[in-house]
Amino acid sequence: MDINYTPEELAFRDEVRAFLDEKLPKDIASKVKNSQHLGKEDTIRWQKILNEKGWMAMHWPTEHGGTGWSPIQKHIFEEECAEYGAPTVLPFGVNMVAPVLIKFGTDEQKQKYLPPILNSDVWWCQGYSEPGAGSDLAGLKTKAVREGDHYVVNGQKTWTTLGQHADWIFCLVRTDPNAKKQEGISFLLIDMETPGITVRPLITLDGEHEVNEVFFDDVKVPVENLVGEENKGWTCAKYLLTFERTGIAGVGQSKAALKHLKEVARKVQQNGKPLIEDPLFRNRLADVEMELMALEMTNLRTVAAAQAGGVPGAESSFLKIMGTELRQEITDLFRRAAGPYAQPFLPETFDADYDGEMVGPDFANSVSTKYFNMRKLSIFGGSNEIQKNIIAKMILGL
Amino acid sequence: MDFKLSDEQRMLEETVGRLVRDGYPFDVREKARTSELGFSKEMWQQFAELGLLGVPFSEDFGGFNGGGPELMVVAEGFGRGLVLEPYLATVVLSGTLINALGSDSQKEALISAIVGGELRLALAAYEPEGRYDHTHVATTAEKSGDGYVISGSKAVVLHGDSADKLVVIARTAGNANDRNGLSAFVVDAAAEGVSRRGYETIDGLHAAEISLNKAPAELLGEEGNAIDALEKSLALGIVALCAEATGAMEVACDHTLNYIKERQQFGVPIGKFQALQHRMVEMRMELEKARSMTILAACSLELSAPVCAKRLAAAKAIIGKSGRKVAEEAIQLHGGMGMMEETAVSHYAKRIVMIDHQLGDLGYHMQQLENLLDVDEDAA
Ligand SMILES: Cc1cc2nc3c(=O)[nH]c(=O)nc-3n(C[C@H](O)[C@H](O)[C@H](O)COP(=O)(O)OP(=O)(O)OC[C@H]3O[C@@H](n4cnc5c(N)ncnc54)[C@H](O)[C@@H]3O)c2cc1C
Ligand SMILES: Cc1cc2nc3c(=O)[nH]c(=O)nc-3n(C[C@H](O)[C@H](O)[C@H](O)COP(=O)(O)OP(=O)(O)OC[C@H]3O[C@@H](n4cnc5c(N)ncnc54)[C@H](O)[C@@H]3O)c2cc1C
Repeated sequence: MDINYTPEELAFRDEVRAFLDEKLPKDIASKVKNSQHLGKEDTIRWQKILNEKGWMAMHWPTEHGGTGWSPIQKHIFEEECAEYGAPTVLPFGVNMVAPVLIKFGTDEQKQKYLPPILNSDVWWCQGYSEPGAGSDLAGLKTKAVREGDHYVVNGQKTWTTLGQHADWIFCLVRTDPNAKKQEGISFLLIDMETPGITVRPLITLDGEHEVNEVFFDDVKVPVENLVGEENKGWTCAKYLLTFERTGIAGVGQSKAALKHLKEVARKVQQNGKPLIEDPLFRNRLADVEMELMALEMTNLRTVAAAQAGGVPGAESSFLKIMGTELRQEITDLFRRAAGPYAQPFLPETFDADYDGEMVGPDFANSVSTKYFNMRKLSIFGGSNEIQKNIIAKMILGL
Repeated sequence: MDFKLSDEQRMLEETVGRLVRDGYPFDVREKARTSELGFSKEMWQQFAELGLLGVPFSEDFGGFNGGGPELMVVAEGFGRGLVLEPYLATVVLSGTLINALGSDSQKEALISAIVGGELRLALAAYEPEGRYDHTHVATTAEKSGDGYVISGSKAVVLHGDSADKLVVIARTAGNANDRNGLSAFVVDAAAEGVSRRGYETIDGLHAAEISLNKAPAELLGEEGNAIDALEKSLALGIVALCAEATGAMEVACDHTLNYIKERQQFGVPIGKFQALQHRMVEMRMELEKARSMTILAACSLELSAPVCAKRLAAAKAIIGKSGRKVAEEAIQLHGGMGMMEETAVSHYAKRIVMIDHQLGDLGYHMQQLENLLDVDEDAA
């Protein structure tokens, strides 16, 4: 047993660091570190830089332009990116629909869709959830009826993250209303420009426009946009979810956040002393620190076990629960560190162009919006309760 | 021992209950919240007409002579409706301080105007570097003519953006953090030397950063001797916040319970899943603890200072701890809906969590409690 990185892995880490030092635009990193809004252009600019280096597609095989990295390399890359304040790569195209296309798509589909994903020329969003189908995804009702060389789609998707920017949406639709729930579902690719699609914003409790409702009213979708076989979409859907849960532990993000939290706690004064010397606060920091060590080791064990087999299986449910709870706990501590200055709500300060005065310490403006926004982590990507159900069933055999 | 409300207290409870039920539906609140003022002047007038603005003041001023339990009853009702109006700032914090320290003529002028709904106030006590410590006062006051002038900065002054007058705590002697040498003043918010930066808070209220530069001020009571009265007003404020949190937590629990009974997934209401039933049970336990501690706090204000302080610290700390659990679980059990601005429960969650950031958070009050651990309850 050796829990250290090999010399090759260390060399890889140096290479990643050198790349980030040189290529990560300072203005983008500064927005990430100061919790300012990232625009669509920022994300695309960074992803194009990654693609130039050949580092855009971590989970793709090399023949399609993927990195071919081992899970340990992926882990190193994610951790360094978080540490440097690189934006997280938008997962919907490269880490979600693409692996499905690579596994189930036709050659034409691969040729048509993969290169623009790699080069971030097309923005994808995920059309899984519906008002009546959240945890019970297979209960979805949006239907697609075959008429000649088209499907006609009617229904509604919801919670569609960043759908307002999207060029394309991948959808689960019901093609056989008479079959058993899971067996009448198909996986369709839909151009957001198609007539009959309406996108409506949903505002979250932190005042942000991050999610949307997408309505389909007699939307004509060419039959060649079907991925895999008709009525076999559930297989694609589940395959995609295993990718959705990679990197879900968010070890890099938690590490970067904890580091920032400690810096803040060293600066903030309480009773004439730095907050980090407050026994209660320090105790909670120590608690987060040890939980993070445990998470990181569990994550490494899980990804190492998957070295051969690609993506981890049900074990990733452990990582999702542990990782999201930890990230949420850190946001709670940030809010406490801000003290009374957790209260002001100044969304204009999230604009990189904002040049007015701040209220309270610089870090405080985003603590509460983040705390509330990060409640989503235990809800989406399969809620933490659903993850526990998965563990109970798949790992414990209950 | 008797946990029943008196007839008068019950009437007060009914009055507030009716007002909130009839006058405070979610969409009406949303309209007031998103208005420039952030609350409704008409609603404030209704408070005046119903006598609510006089609850802690004597009958001479048209008041109700109420103490902790009466304020608890009002604030709990307000918590159920997530009331936006500056009741805590005007009546509980500033009004009671004026009432304790002011001269007869000051009270005649100011308290009567509060009770009548003509005057809104904000307490400017805490400072940018002081976090939750009310003795951390670097703002100074010095004599000037027959009055005083005040200079310094005040932080996150609740409703300080719209208040007509400010009650400002300033130092007339001693160093920052001395208990002695603190004085209370009334400052006209529109006076020269007062500048305010108002803003909305994450829970839909308003507050302001206030800087005072030789602002003209009128002394309340004796110079240098405001600390005891200030702490009494803050204690009332803590009771009001605990009660408001309890009211809000109750509604958050109710909404969540209704939601899990109605929301169907996998062909059944999600409330059928035992995993969620237990979570709901735990929320209710937190609510019961919060309610118990609120009653304890409300009924302890007349006890010896250390016992009162100990119980208030424990109450506010429990509210911080239980409030967080209830708020987070309420969102979680609502799934994606809990994250939406259009869902009322998200607003309850925000207010419940932010109550922990007013008048001392969980950490602050646990620290107080640690210091008071050896206080003997029998010495009550
Ligand atoms: C910010 C955000 C972004 C999102 N982005 C996207 C996106 O881009 N695309 C997309 O398709 N979806 C997206 N989602 C939707 C997300 O996947 C769903 O919210 C999630 O699956 C939960 O579904 P629901 O909201 O309907 O909650 P429900 O399924 O109604 O769940 C409500 C509560 O019941 C619990 N519960 C449900 N079933 C069980 C059970 N069997 N046992 C125990 N507990 C149970 C849940 O854990 C939850 O606590 C997003 C959601 C959010 C909040
Ligand atoms: C120290 C001790 C003293 C006791 N004294 C008495 C006594 O004075 N009189 C008396 O009548 N009995 C007594 N009992 C017995 C006690 O009532 C039973 O042990 C108890 O009811 C659990 O039943 P069981 O042992 O058959 O466990 P099971 O019912 O088999 O339960 C096993 C586990 O499953 C859980 N479980 C069971 N059903 C559910 C469910 N529907 N949902 C969720 N979880 C569930 C239980 O909580 C437990 O953790 C005593 C037990 C102990 C340990």
